[in-house]
Amino acid sequence: MIHSLFLINSSGDIFLEKHWKSVVSRSVCDYFFEAQERATEAENVPPVIPTPHHYLLSVYRHKIFFVAVIQTEVPPLFVIEFLHRVVDTFQDYFGVCSEPVIKDNVVVVYEVLEEMLDNGFPLATESNILKELIKPPTILRTVVNTITGSTNVGDQLPTGQLSVVPWRRTGVKYTNNEAYFDVIEEIDAIIDKSGSTITAEIQGVIDACVKLTGMPDLTLSFMNPRLLDDVSFHPCVRFKRWESERILSFIPPDGNFRLLSYHVSAQNLVAIPVYVKHNISFRDSSSLGRFEITVGPKQTMGKTIEGVIVTSQMPKGVLNMSLTPSQGTHTFDPVTKMLSWDVGKINPQKLPSLKGTMSLQAGASKPDENPTINLQFKIQQLAISGLKVNRLDMYGEKYKPFKGIKYMTKAGKFQVRT
Amino acid sequence: MTVGKDVSALFPDVVNCMQTDNLELKKLVYLYLMNYAKSQPDMAIMAVNTFVKDCEDPNPLIRALAVRTMGCIRVDKITEYLCEPLRKCLKDEDPYVRKTAAVCVAKLHDINAQLVEDQGFLDTLKDLISDSNPMVVANAVAALSEIAESHPSSNLLDLNPQSINKLLTALNECTEWGQIFILDCLANYTPKDDREAQSICERVTPRLSHANSAVVLSAVKVLMKFMEMLSKDLDYYGTLLKKLAPPLVTLLSAEPELQYVALRNINLIVQKRPEILKHEMKVFFVKYNDPIYVKLEKLDIMIRLASQANIAQVLAELKEYATEVDVDFVRKAVRAIGRCAIKVEQSAERCVSTLLDLIQTKVNYVVQEAIVVIKDIFRKYPNKYESVIATLCENLDSLDEPEARAAMIWIVGEYAERIDNADELLESFLEGFHDESTQVQLQLLTAIVKLFLKKPTETQELVQQVLSLATQDSDNPDLRDRGYIYWRLLSTDPVAAKEVVLAEKPLISEETDLIEPTLLDELICYIGTLASVYHKPPSAFVEGGRGVVHKSLPPRTASSESTESPETAPAGAPSGEQPDVIPTQGDLLGDLLNLDLGPPVSGPPLATTSVQMGAVDLLGGGLDSLMGDEPEGIGGPNFVAPPAAAVPANLGASMGSGLSDLFDLTSGVGTLSGSYVVPKAVWLPAMKAKGLEISGTFTRQVGSISMDLQLTNKALQVMTDFAIQFNRNSFGLAPAAPLQVHAPLSPNQTVEISLPLNTVGSVMKMEPLNNLQVAVKNNIDVFYFSTLYPLHILFVEDGKMDRQMFLATWKDIPNENEAQFQIRDCPLNAEAVSSRLQGSNIFTVAKRNVEAQDMLYQSLKLTNGIWVLAELRIQPGNPSFTLSLKCRAPEVSQHVYQAYETILKN
Repeated sequence: MIHSLFLINSSGDIFLEKHWKSVVSRSVCDYFFEAQERATEAENVPPVIPTPHHYLLSVYRHKIFFVAVIQTEVPPLFVIEFLHRVVDTFQDYFGVCSEPVIKDNVVVVYEVLEEMLDNGFPLATESNILKELIKPPTILRTVVNTITGSTNVGDQLPTGQLSVVPWRRTGVKYTNNEAYFDVIEEIDAIIDKSGSTITAEIQGVIDACVKLTGMPDLTLSFMNPRLLDDVSFHPCVRFKRWESERILSFIPPDGNFRLLSYHVSAQNLVAIPVYVKHNISFRDSSSLGRFEITVGPKQTMGKTIEGVIVTSQMPKGVLNMSLTPSQGTHTFDPVTKMLSWDVGKINPQKLPSLKGTMSLQAGASKPDENPTINLQFKIQQLAISGLKVNRLDMYGEKYKPFKGIKYMTKAGKFQVRT
Repeated sequence: MTVGKDVSALFPDVVNCMQTDNLELKKLVYLYLMNYAKSQPDMAIMAVNTFVKDCEDPNPLIRALAVRTMGCIRVDKITEYLCEPLRKCLKDEDPYVRKTAAVCVAKLHDINAQLVEDQGFLDTLKDLISDSNPMVVANAVAALSEIAESHPSSNLLDLNPQSINKLLTALNECTEWGQIFILDCLANYTPKDDREAQSICERVTPRLSHANSAVVLSAVKVLMKFMEMLSKDLDYYGTLLKKLAPPLVTLLSAEPELQYVALRNINLIVQKRPEILKHEMKVFFVKYNDPIYVKLEKLDIMIRLASQANIAQVLAELKEYATEVDVDFVRKAVRAIGRCAIKVEQSAERCVSTLLDLIQTKVNYVVQEAIVVIKDIFRKYPNKYESVIATLCENLDSLDEPEARAAMIWIVGEYAERIDNADELLESFLEGFHDESTQVQLQLLTAIVKLFLKKPTETQELVQQVLSLATQDSDNPDLRDRGYIYWRLLSTDPVAAKEVVLAEKPLISEETDLIEPTLLDELICYIGTLASVYHKPPSAFVEGGRGVVHKSLPPRTASSESTESPETAPAGAPSGEQPDVIPTQGDLLGDLLNLDLGPPVSGPPLATTSVQMGAVDLLGGGLDSLMGDEPEGIGGPNFVAPPAAAVPANLGASMGSGLSDLFDLTSGVGTLSGSYVVPKAVWLPAMKAKGLEISGTFTRQVGSISMDLQLTNKALQVMTDFAIQFNRNSFGLAPAAPLQVHAPLSPNQTVEISLPLNTVGSVMKMEPLNNLQVAVKNNIDVFYFSTLYPLHILFVEDGKMDRQMFLATWKDIPNENEAQFQIRDCPLNAEAVSSRLQGSNIFTVAKRNVEAQDMLYQSLKLTNGIWVLAELRIQPGNPSFTLSLKCRAPEVSQHVYQAYETILKN
C-alpha cells in the first residue's frame, strides 16, 4: 500500500513528507527530479516512475507535485485517486491548496493525513467524517482556541463510519432545511479549420448542497432520463432503483457533495453554442502576418453567452502582435507567446472581433504549425444536453424543505484548429 | 519533524505528555512516537503502559487509535506487548475497532511475520471475512492480500463459493477503497462454471458506474477475466460488452494522470477485445494541451482501432498532429500513418500521399520519419508505390539519423533496377563508410550486393570495395561475417547468391507491434495494476525478494522484451534481440543460419518458408528483425520460446556445414535435418543450487544428439570450473565432450552451451525408462538433478524399414507385445502427420486408405537397435488418432507414444 507521501513545489523543494510505514529516505525523490528535468514542462512529468526499489506515483495540481511512494504491486489508479482526494480535502479544509497555506496549517495537514491512511490503507476519506474528527481551521476557531486552549480535534467517535450510511452523520439539525442542486455541463470539443465538429462531448455533473435535518430520503427524477446512459454515482445512490425506474433515490450526505457525473457523447445530442471565424495567415516574404478572429453564437436556445475568453498559443516565430478588439481587453505575452482576449458577453447584434497584424522574426521562414484557439465561456440557466430535473421528493422526515435547481453550461476543453 | 528537522532529543519530555486527556495532544504524541521510537527503543518502552491502558478505554475511538499507533511503532520490544491488546481488539464489539485491528495485523506481519503466524492472528483475520460489518470485511481482505503478497506460496485467501458470496454482499456496502480490495480479490478467483461466472459478473457490473476510477477499473478487470468463461452466443455476453464501453470512455475525462493509467489499460483491452471500443474512436483524438504521455498513448490506441470504416477520419487527424510543435509526438504521428497503411490495406494509397505531402514540408525530422515508414510500406505492398522513389531520392542529403539513412539505402538497394543512378547514390554513402553506424553499414553492404546482382556489369568495382571494407577494415564481427558470406556466395555460385539475396521476402503485417497473446492474457489478469502500466508481467519488474503469484499463465519474461516497445520493434537490430549470444564467428553463423535448421520440420511447405526466413535474415540484418516479430512466419511451437534461446542447437555446426546446408536448401534438395525440439525447461532452480540455474532441452540434429543447456548465475559471486557427469541410464547416454564454459560466469550472466552426447556410456535400466540423472559441478558445490528426456532424440536416421521387412516383422512380433494408444485433439491430416513425424525420424513405410480411414504404417529405430513398428489410424474429420505399436521390447511403447504426442501436438 502507500508508503510515503512527499509534497514537492515547482522549484523542486520537498516541503512536506509523511510516512505511513517505515521511513523512506528523501533521496528516493531524486528519481522524480530526474524525470522532472527530462520533461520540459511540469504537466509532462510521467505519473508513474519506477526506481530500483520503489515506484513513484505523482499528480500535479495547484503547482504542487504530490508524490506517493509504493513498494509493492498496488493498483496505480487507487494511489492516484487517493492523491487527488488528498488535494480535494486540503482545498476543502483551507479554501485553497498552495504551498504557503499547507505550511501555515502543517499541524492540521499532518493530522488529516494521519486520519486518511492507516498503514497505507485508506481510513477516512469522506470530507464530512474527516471534519468531524479534525475541525477545519477558521479565524473564529483559532481565536477561541488560543484563548481557551481547546483544539481542532473532535473528541467523539466519528459515528458515520459505523453506520450503513457512512457518508452521513447522525443527529444533523438545521433551522432552515434546504437542498440545492446544480446541473453543470462542460462541453469538450475539437472544431476543425472549416468549422465542422471533429469531436464533441459533454461532461455533466450534478453537485448538491443539502442541509436537511435528520435522515431524509430523497428521490430525484428527470424529464429525459434516457440522456443518461453513462453515469457514475455517489455511493449513496441506490443503483437498483436507477436500473429499474431511472429514478435517483438516496440518503444524501450532509453538506456539499457530487451526486452524479455523466457523459454524453452521441454527436447529435451535443449542440455547439459558439462559432469562431478566423483568418490567421503568414506570408513567406513579409515579416508581417494577418490576424483576425470573430466569435459568434450558434445554438444557444436563446440564452446569452458570457464570460468568453479566447486564448491561443502563437508560434515561436511571432515577435509581437498589434491588435484592436471591438470589445473587451486583450494581452499578448511576447515571452510565452500566449495571446489572451477577455471578450465578456457576446451581443448577437454586434459580434465581437479582434483584428490586427503580427510581426514575425525578420528573415525567418513562416512557422510550420498553426495556432490552436482555446475558448472559454459560460451560459447560465441552460444545460446544453437538454437534461431537465422533473421533481424532487423527500421521504422519512416531516418538515418541508426548500428546494432549488440551477443549470449552467461551460466550455471544457473547447479547441478550434486554424 | 514534518519538515525534516530532527527533534528526537525531546523524546523523554514528549513521552511525559502522553497520559493526557486531551485528544489532540495525545494524537500528536503518538505521531511523534511513530517517528522516533525506532531511534530510542529503550525510551519507547516507557510508553507501552499507556498504550495498553488506552486499549481498554471505554471510548472505541481511543481503543482504535491506541492499537493503530502501536502497530506503527516498529520496535520489537513493543510489538511483543502488542499481541494481547490486538487479540482483544480483533474481537471487539465495536466494528470500528475491529476494522482498525485487521489492518494492524498486516502491520505486525510486516515487522515480524513469524510472530503473527505463531499467535494465530492469520486465522482470526480469515474469520473476519465473514464479519457482519462490510468495512471490517474489506479491511480483512486488504490485510490478507497484503500479507499474501509477501507469502506467495501460502494459501491465505482460499476462495470458495460461500466466501465469494460474502465478499459480493460486502461489496455493495463498503467504502470505495474497500470495494477496490474486494474486487481485486475477486479477480483471483476462478469460478467453477460459466453460470457462476455470469452471476458474479452480474453483481459486479453496477461498480462500473462508480465515481472512483480505481473501482471502475478493478471491476473491468473482474469482468474481462470472467468473460473468458462465458459463451459468446449468450445474450448476456453481448450486453456485457456494451456495458463495458461507457465507463472506459468516462475514465478519459478524468485528470491526466488517471487518463494515462486508463489508456495503458485500454491499450490491453483493445488488443484483447477490439469490439468493445470500436465505435469510440473519437474519444482518443488528441487535444493539443494533453500532456505528452497522454498524447502518445492515445495515438497508439487510435492505430489499434483504425479500420476501413474510420480510416479517413484517423488520417485527417494524424496529418493534423504531424504539424504540431512537440517533436516526439510529431515523429510518432508520422510513424502512425505508416502503421495505418500497413494495417488497413484500402487506405495505403491515401497514407502514401499523406506521407508525400509531409515530405514536401521539408521539416527535417518529419522527412526522416516518413522515409522510415515508407520503407515499411514497400515491405508490405511491393511493386505498388515505387513511383514515389524519385521524391525520396531528392531528400537524400538531409538524412542524418542512422535509421532513416538505413531505410533509404534499403530502398535504393531493393529497387536498384529502377533507379538510374543507384550506383552513384550508394557510392556516395560508401565514402564515409567507417563513420556510419553499424545499422547503416550492414544495410549498405546488402544494398550494394543487391545492386551488383541486378547490374553486374557496372558495379563490380563497387562491390569489391564494399566487401573489402566490410571484411578487412571492420572490427564489427557481425559486419565482417556478413561480408564473408556474401563474398563466398558470390564467388562460388552467383546463381544461388541471386536466389538467396534477391529471394522474395515475406510481407510484414501489423501484428508486429501487438503484444504476444499469452502475455496479453496474463496482463489482462493484471488490469489496473503496475503490470498493466508497464505491459510486462510482474515477475519482470517486481523485486526478487518479494515473490509473485503468477496468474493463470506461466510468465514469459524474455518474450516481453521484444513486444514492450512497439516503436522500436519494426526496426530493432537482431543483435539487440539476442543479448545473450557471445558474438564469436561460430555463434553468429549459427544464428544467421539456425532458422532453417531450427524450426520443427514438417514437410516441404514449411521447409520453403524457413528457407526464406533464413535468407531474409541474411539480407535484412538491421531492418528485418523478422524472427522476433513475425510468429506466423516461423509457424511452430518454437516461437513460444524466445527465438534466440530456442535454437542454440547448431552453435556447434561449423561454418562449412552451415553453408552447404544453405545451398542444399536453396537448390531444392530440401534436406530435412533435426527433429522436434522441446522448449527449454528449468531443470535446476537457482534456489536449490546456490544461485546456479540450469534450464535445457535435448535436440537431435543430423544424427547427433546434444543437450542444450542454459546456465544462469543468480548468485552474487562468479562461478567457474564447470563440469558435468551423467549417471548410468537406460540408453547409455553420456557426454561426448567435457562441459566447456569458456569464461567465468559472472553474476546475472547467462551462457548457452550445447553439449554433444553419445550413446556409448554404461547402461542401467532406469525407472521411468527415460530418466536421466545428472551431476553438475562448479567452484561452489556439486548439484544433482534428474530430468526426463524425450525418446525421439534417440530415433536414428536410418530407421526406415522396407515394406516386405515391415510386414514380416509385424507378423513376427507376438500380439501380446502390441500396445494401443489414443492421440486426441490433433487436427492434422495424414500428409502433415507423416511429414512432421519424418522430421523426427519416424518414417512412413506405407500408407493405405481403408474404409475412409488413412492407415499409416511407420517404423523407427532406437540408438540401441530396437525397432518399433507403428500403425496410425486417422479418420478425416476426427481429431483423435489410434496408434498401435509393436515392439520386441514392449516397455518402450509407452515412451514412444509420448514422443508421438509431443511431436504431433507441438
